[in-house]
Amino acid sequence: MWEQIRANKRKSALLVVLMAGVLFGLGYLLAEAFIPGAGLAGLLVAFVIWLVLCLISYYAGDGIFMAVAGARKIQKADLPVLFNVVEEMTIASGLKKMPDIYIIDDRSPNAFATGRRPDKAAIAVTAGLLRVCNRDELQGVVAHELAHVKNRDTLLMLMAGVLMGTIVLLADVGLRAMFYGGTGRSRSRSRGGGQAQIVILIIAIALMILAPIIAQLIYFAISRKREYLADASAALYTRYPEGLASALERISGSPDKLQRAGRATASMYIVNPLARSGLRAADLTSTHPPTSERVRILRSMGGASFGDYDAAYRNVGRRSTSILPPSALEGAPAAEQRAAQGPEEKKAQARKVGDLLWRLNNYLFLTCGCGAVLKIPPDFRSPQLKCPRCERVHPTADFKSRPPTGDESQGPR
Amino acid sequence: MRFAMVALIIVGVVVLLLILIVVGMYNGLVGLRNAVRDAWAQIDVQLKRRYDLIPNLVETVKGYAKHEREVFENVTKARAAAAGATGIPERIQAEQGLTAALGRLFAVAEAYPDLKANQNFLALQEELAATENRISFARQFYNDTVMTYNNKIQMVPSNIIAGMFRFQPATFFEVTDAAQREAPKVSFQ
Repeated sequence: MWEQIRANKRKSALLVVLMAGVLFGLGYLLAEAFIPGAGLAGLLVAFVIWLVLCLISYYAGDGIFMAVAGARKIQKADLPVLFNVVEEMTIASGLKKMPDIYIIDDRSPNAFATGRRPDKAAIAVTAGLLRVCNRDELQGVVAHELAHVKNRDTLLMLMAGVLMGTIVLLADVGLRAMFYGGTGRSRSRSRGGGQAQIVILIIAIALMILAPIIAQLIYFAISRKREYLADASAALYTRYPEGLASALERISGSPDKLQRAGRATASMYIVNPLARSGLRAADLTSTHPPTSERVRILRSMGGASFGDYDAAYRNVGRRSTSILPPSALEGAPAAEQRAAQGPEEKKAQARKVGDLLWRLNNYLFLTCGCGAVLKIPPDFRSPQLKCPRCERVHPTADFKSRPPTGDESQGPR
Repeated sequence: MRFAMVALIIVGVVVLLLILIVVGMYNGLVGLRNAVRDAWAQIDVQLKRRYDLIPNLVETVKGYAKHEREVFENVTKARAAAAGATGIPERIQAEQGLTAALGRLFAVAEAYPDLKANQNFLALQEELAATENRISFARQFYNDTVMTYNNKIQMVPSNIIAGMFRFQPATFFEVTDAAQREAPKVSFQ
């Protein structure tokens, strides 16, 4: 385990250097393309941008990702089930402090974790995940995400994601600026200068095409081993690999697509949100191992320990090499699987999640005498509202900001 | 002359390497031993949360079932015993006694439908169930840590260092009382 953490720290440093190189190159070329001779100034500007980016991504990266994903922080009272599950997994994984919990308002089930340090971590789940998963499956997903936090994979992904996003952005901006403005200026200069301009233009365009490829290469450097290790850790923490296995099946089988996942953030989700369904082979350019394989490994585990996961991995793929680092395997505790927990009330669960989302979007609630619970949008201006079920008229003053508990839904007292 | 110098340097390097290895192992063992203590402290935290819930629970149930005095006394005594126990095996024993007493309290509460509808009681019951869950995960993590530590102490080559510096194996948190594993006897009276 320590091996993996040290390797991650080394990879982070290497990543930063690599990205810096690409950023400087881009800066130099873009500057040269517009104003010949200004290459060095471009390099300097790129350096400053890089410094600022490093600082921002290190200190505020979590906030940026959460904003990009459209995630909202919630408190314990909002969804006690989720809080309890996260707290249980925090204890089972040995993390010192429970991460902050966020919800993403999206129908597609998925989850991710961020955090530059285990004590400053955050985990986000989509509303879709909360709706389709039972408690065991939710526990498996949360355990997987917390394993990423514990193994410091999140640090790596954080740096990579933000820097890669900026490089892609710069490349896009450069391309647009070039087509709309830059080339015009180049024609007014002397012949010789014009030719050099074109060369630089070509190089810049080449770089813009390369940037996505570089992104992929760097994402392999963040190897898929990370995902396998997180799966193995989740099985150990929950002692119930079937939970994570069936959750993964539901997530990859869902027809809904995650709305706000872009190239930069895709690798951080539990299942690749950009993956096309039906691809069986382990695409070398994929950041995640194929879900079907992950599920098969989890289901063929004899126990719940790292040794069991490694054996299952070797069995399923008919390979002889291990996937887990030796430090995780030696002296690892043996662990048995436990039985499944009781079935959850699906309808009640779906209603609770729905209520949470209405409240997060600042809707108001009103319980009519007929039993219907009306959800009113925040910009509702009329002084009164008619219940669609029983036609009773309610004045606006009666609207409440919290959904009804069991008591209230039995009708007015 | 030169041969002696080279030999000395080689010996020096080997000794240095050995020292580094020993230091590394010792530090590893110390880290694991502290992790075991830390994991126990985690269980402690969850157990304390359980203690804090109990007085409130007893008061709520008393409001509806005043005459079930024996059950309340058992719970209160078990709680006091668990809070005061020292040493890990005694602690484990006392905690299991408290779990049994709480089980009887909830069994009694089943007979009072008014109590079961009481919001306070329901909230406490839920909180207690969540706490039991957390305790079981804390126990799981503690046992895992103990196993890793014990393995390190007993496996070669770190067992040499462990023996030298007298590292003791840690105790697992498990059911020690054989009587609790037996099926309860039903008596018709």
